[in-house]
Amino acid sequence: MKRWRKYAACLGCSYLYLSAGLVLVFLGGILWVVCYSGASVVDMEFIRSYPRLGMTAGGIFPAVVGTVWVTMVTALFAVPVGLAAGIYLGDRLRENRLNSLVRASIRNLAGVPSILYGLFGVAIFVRGMGAGASVLAAGLTLGLLTLPYIITTTEEALKQVPASMREGSLALGATDWETLARVVLPAAAPGILTGVLLGLSRAAGETTPILFTGAAFYLRYLPGSVFDEFMALPYHLFILSTQHHAIDTVRPLAEGTALVLLGFVLLLHLLAVLVRYRYRRHHHF
Amino acid sequence: MRSRLVRQIEDRLMGWVFRAAGMMAVTVLLGIFAMLVYNGASAFRTIPWVEFFSGAEWRPSAYGRPSYGIGAMVVSTWLVTSGAMMLSIPLGIGAAAYLSEVASPGVRSLLKSGVELLAGVPSVVVGFLGIVWVGPWLARVTGQSNGLNALNGSILLAVMSLPTLISVAEDAIRSVPRHFKEAAYALGADRWTTLLRVTLPAALPGLVAAVILGTGRAVGETMTVLMATGNAAALPGGFFDSVRTMAATIAIELGEAPYGTPHYHGLFAVGGVLFLMTLSFNLLAERIAARFRYRA
Repeated sequence: MKRWRKYAACLGCSYLYLSAGLVLVFLGGILWVVCYSGASVVDMEFIRSYPRLGMTAGGIFPAVVGTVWVTMVTALFAVPVGLAAGIYLGDRLRENRLNSLVRASIRNLAGVPSILYGLFGVAIFVRGMGAGASVLAAGLTLGLLTLPYIITTTEEALKQVPASMREGSLALGATDWETLARVVLPAAAPGILTGVLLGLSRAAGETTPILFTGAAFYLRYLPGSVFDEFMALPYHLFILSTQHHAIDTVRPLAEGTALVLLGFVLLLHLLAVLVRYRYRRHHHF
Repeated sequence: MRSRLVRQIEDRLMGWVFRAAGMMAVTVLLGIFAMLVYNGASAFRTIPWVEFFSGAEWRPSAYGRPSYGIGAMVVSTWLVTSGAMMLSIPLGIGAAAYLSEVASPGVRSLLKSGVELLAGVPSVVVGFLGIVWVGPWLARVTGQSNGLNALNGSILLAVMSLPTLISVAEDAIRSVPRHFKEAAYALGADRWTTLLRVTLPAALPGLVAAVILGTGRAVGETMTVLMATGNAAALPGGFFDSVRTMAATIAIELGEAPYGTPHYHGLFAVGGVLFLMTLSFNLLAERIAARFRYRA
């Protein structure tokens, strides 16, 4: 009996190791395959040149620029609004029913599938506001998608700031706003920045919200204003791997696009992790 | 020093700004719902309710008599999702248990960064790997002509739902009070027995919540299934059939459905059904988790 039990324990623990290891294998596999297959395609030329010959040759320059543009619009919309909403939730000392309603909405918003944000974007921004399929409509749609994420991390970061700091400031006669702007926000800034960068990194890689709100199949020019359509890396990858008329010919281009997209997204991710790491080392409340 | 009045006005003003921003989250959630209901409801002016909910076939552009039944895509969605959960639940809970019970702090933070990174991989990249990597592999192993089927989608969705599952499950396992475990050790139980008989059962509500949240993630995932499951709009017979989920149907057809037609509104109605599914999942998970939370 005892021996059997020892056996089971050994087996069980190795199962835990195995499942944790498998998760790492998945991640490593994804990174390795994308890097390995894309590395022979990607160079400066690939990033800096336009697609040629019906997208069977050339580079992905408009898609890179489009993704950067739309991510910037996303940031311009989602960061201020998300920050303000996060402050509303995180800077309160008391809970009330409105707070918990807002918090519940945000939790549920985070679970809404991205395709539904796409539908919302079409109905409200493209049709309703008349922005048309454009950088603006796509950026706002992605912004909405990112909002719950930014709000939650802002709230968390603000809650990490010890109450004693806030109380000290209030005791010196500062108003709530002065306390927030001069004491609490600076202390929470690295945590907030981490959340913002992670949120934007996600938005940059999303495809479904921009599918109908502004991403274009192929453009020979860059967007001139926020009211123009644009090419984007995720959508470009989708097209090259499923919609193109010569899928086998463009496979290397798709592999290159996948690497550039993953690189861009992971770069933002890495920045976020770096900020968090520095913050952990330097701040101990 | 600025005057007291200015400072007070400024304070009040900023308070209102923050409150308005907070309210915006509620507005957006309600707005998405209202938009889906409004646009979806228009569909039922031409599509009969019974046909929409009980019909199996979704053929909006069939000549003469188009049909709008969501049966096949609901079945497809659940087929892919259930396959994904069968793969990811044992794996995710195992990994979560490893993280909270076995791993040293260093390994733990490394692995958690890994999970976070996995969550950051864009779904279109995962879908792409499903086409170039998982598909051919499946075709070879199972002897099918191509590997773009429900099983492929399930495998990819399993990977995509893992981060949610792991992080929520890990929180649940960690929140089990220490004295539960200490009591088990004191009675002579080893670590594995304690985990299996004490910790995991005590964390069960949280684990259920994790599974539900992971399922919600998988149900609504679009790009991976759109790219890797072959998109045949028919009632699937099994995991080796090509399927088209609800989310994929919206993604494929919204671009080609003319504005204002029953087809266009029908897609919003499909979105409405999807919204209600994921929303009820979230609410359910929240209830279960809140009800059984341990108080320190």
